[in-house]
Amino acid sequence: MDGQKQKMKAYWRKNLQTLLVLLLIWFMVSFGFGILLVEPLNEVKLGGFKLGFWFAQQGAIYTFVILIFIYVWRMNRLDREFDVNEE
Amino acid sequence: MEILTWTYLLVGLSFALYIGIAIWTRAGSTKEFYVAGGGVSPLANGMATAADWMSAASFISMAGIISFAGYDGSVYLMGWTGGYVLLALLLAPYLRKFGKFTVPDFVGDRYYSHTARIVAVICALFISFTYVAGQMRGVGIVFSRYLEVPIEWGVVIGMVIVFFYAVMGGMKGITYTQVAQYCVLIFAYMVPAIFISMQLTGNPIPQLGLGGSLADGTPLLDKLDGVLSELGFAQYTSGRKGLTDMLMITLALMVGTAGLPHVIVRFFTVPRVKDARLSAGYALVFIAILYTTAPAIAAFGIYNTIESTSEKSIDALPDWISTWEKTGLISVNDKNGDKKVQYLANSEENELNIDRDIMVLASPEIAKLPNWVVGLVAAGAMAAALSTAAGLLLVISTSVSRDLVKTFKPEISEKKELRIARLAAAGAVILAGYFGVNPPGFVAQVVAFAFGLAAASFFPVIILGIFSTRMNKEGAIAGMLSGLVFTLIYIIYFKFISPETNSEEFWWFGISPEGIGSLGMMINFLVCFGVSKITPPPPNQVQEMIQEIRIPRGAGKASDH
Repeated sequence: MDGQKQKMKAYWRKNLQTLLVLLLIWFMVSFGFGILLVEPLNEVKLGGFKLGFWFAQQGAIYTFVILIFIYVWRMNRLDREFDVNEE
Repeated sequence: MEILTWTYLLVGLSFALYIGIAIWTRAGSTKEFYVAGGGVSPLANGMATAADWMSAASFISMAGIISFAGYDGSVYLMGWTGGYVLLALLLAPYLRKFGKFTVPDFVGDRYYSHTARIVAVICALFISFTYVAGQMRGVGIVFSRYLEVPIEWGVVIGMVIVFFYAVMGGMKGITYTQVAQYCVLIFAYMVPAIFISMQLTGNPIPQLGLGGSLADGTPLLDKLDGVLSELGFAQYTSGRKGLTDMLMITLALMVGTAGLPHVIVRFFTVPRVKDARLSAGYALVFIAILYTTAPAIAAFGIYNTIESTSEKSIDALPDWISTWEKTGLISVNDKNGDKKVQYLANSEENELNIDRDIMVLASPEIAKLPNWVVGLVAAGAMAAALSTAAGLLLVISTSVSRDLVKTFKPEISEKKELRIARLAAAGAVILAGYFGVNPPGFVAQVVAFAFGLAAASFFPVIILGIFSTRMNKEGAIAGMLSGLVFTLIYIIYFKFISPETNSEEFWWFGISPEGIGSLGMMINFLVCFGVSKITPPPPNQVQEMIQEIRIPRGAGKASDH
């Protein structure tokens, strides 16, 4: 039973690590690139876009989608690894 | 065929489809009524969530807001999509594992308190009612603009349709109707966008067309910056809002999205925890298709409008301007009598007034598309309004039948509970319809309320309920109430009591009422921590429950006990 408890603690810690990394990226692309750093990034051009403007109106949204799918993939692997996955 | 004939045909066909689905998916039990029996596939739930989430405002108004706000409009784009990351990572899987039907269910059980549950019910009802009134109004407006019936009749027709599938089908009926509505609305949004993008930039993908170049080789956005500066406006790609305000509004919208009960409850309908995660991903894909197209429609729309009117002779304006002048959404007033239109930032000299809704509603005509596309956009706008209204009505009826009646009278039979749920849904439809016909003056203002309140009340309490085993009922109740009261007072003060001081110099730390939910949320978090430190920890069985919801295995279908 104690071993089981230790295992669940480890599972939860790995889960939190995953969340932390993904939420850092979430913060960077929206609040970081889209708002705080928008002016320096606007000096860079991406096709017909200024880069900061592109992040605020396009790039952040694409990144959000990718982040959720990375989370799904990573958590499914973690669930199997710790044997807490559903049938 | 005439525009009106096409509109009647397409709107009529889409309504027939929704009613057909409603009859086919009648709910037989409370579980089917509340969470569609918990057997919806992640893909279908993703589509339904997208339709549920994207309201008349997203469909009709958002692109227009961005047209005139330029870069500042990004707060809506990032705010209303970024919330899904929070929802997927921090809320949806755990609430699905918890396995009951409503947000107040979770708050009440996790904080072992009827008081906490009642506070949560009040928040849920308030948020949903402010929202649903706006949707019914949207239905009425679409009817009156496209089908030339009075707004009142439009609202009544909308009420009958929603009544049919929300009251009969419950969550089951709503889910499958929303899947159909998503298909209608996204098709209707994309067709004009693709054609306009081709005409302006030669690129059929609007997301790329936005960064594309015009026929003369200048990038569209550079050209737009130049044209707007010449007319005295701020550049399209640069911001006017203060930095703090940009950050706070974006945060409030993100957190508010993740805390909206009608969105959260969608994740109770899938069979497993991993489906809840995946479903949030699909939902955001379907939402992102519209949300990345909207800024393109915005830039194309404002560019086309300026090109076809500014300094042009009043007698030679394009046809769509006179069509929409009749609806009052656009008006030309030749103040200096030179027979030309001056569109200028200076309001004394400006001769062209444009309602922001034009950018989507008139897009088929601006792009000279065939008449059936106009009918399609009407059907799409209707789908967006009806799908959101239905989702909200379900939250209202569930709150009444389950969170209020069942809490105080736990002995009522399932049959009776289902009848109460249907009655409550019917009552809510009628009330929403009433507000649609007689909109309270503040409908436009209350959107800030809904998000601010969801951010300041639900979000911190749910997060802490999952990620902290120490958070107790005293902390949660005090936190919810302080976040709620602070946000309410701030919004009421600047919107109603003293609207003349609603400007940056009077706001606290430069935060507008739209963004104050973020500060309310922080206050909620702080009060939660402070109060829980000096009060006893939650009982053992609650701490065990928290451990239980953190692990995916063993999530049965959403259950009653």
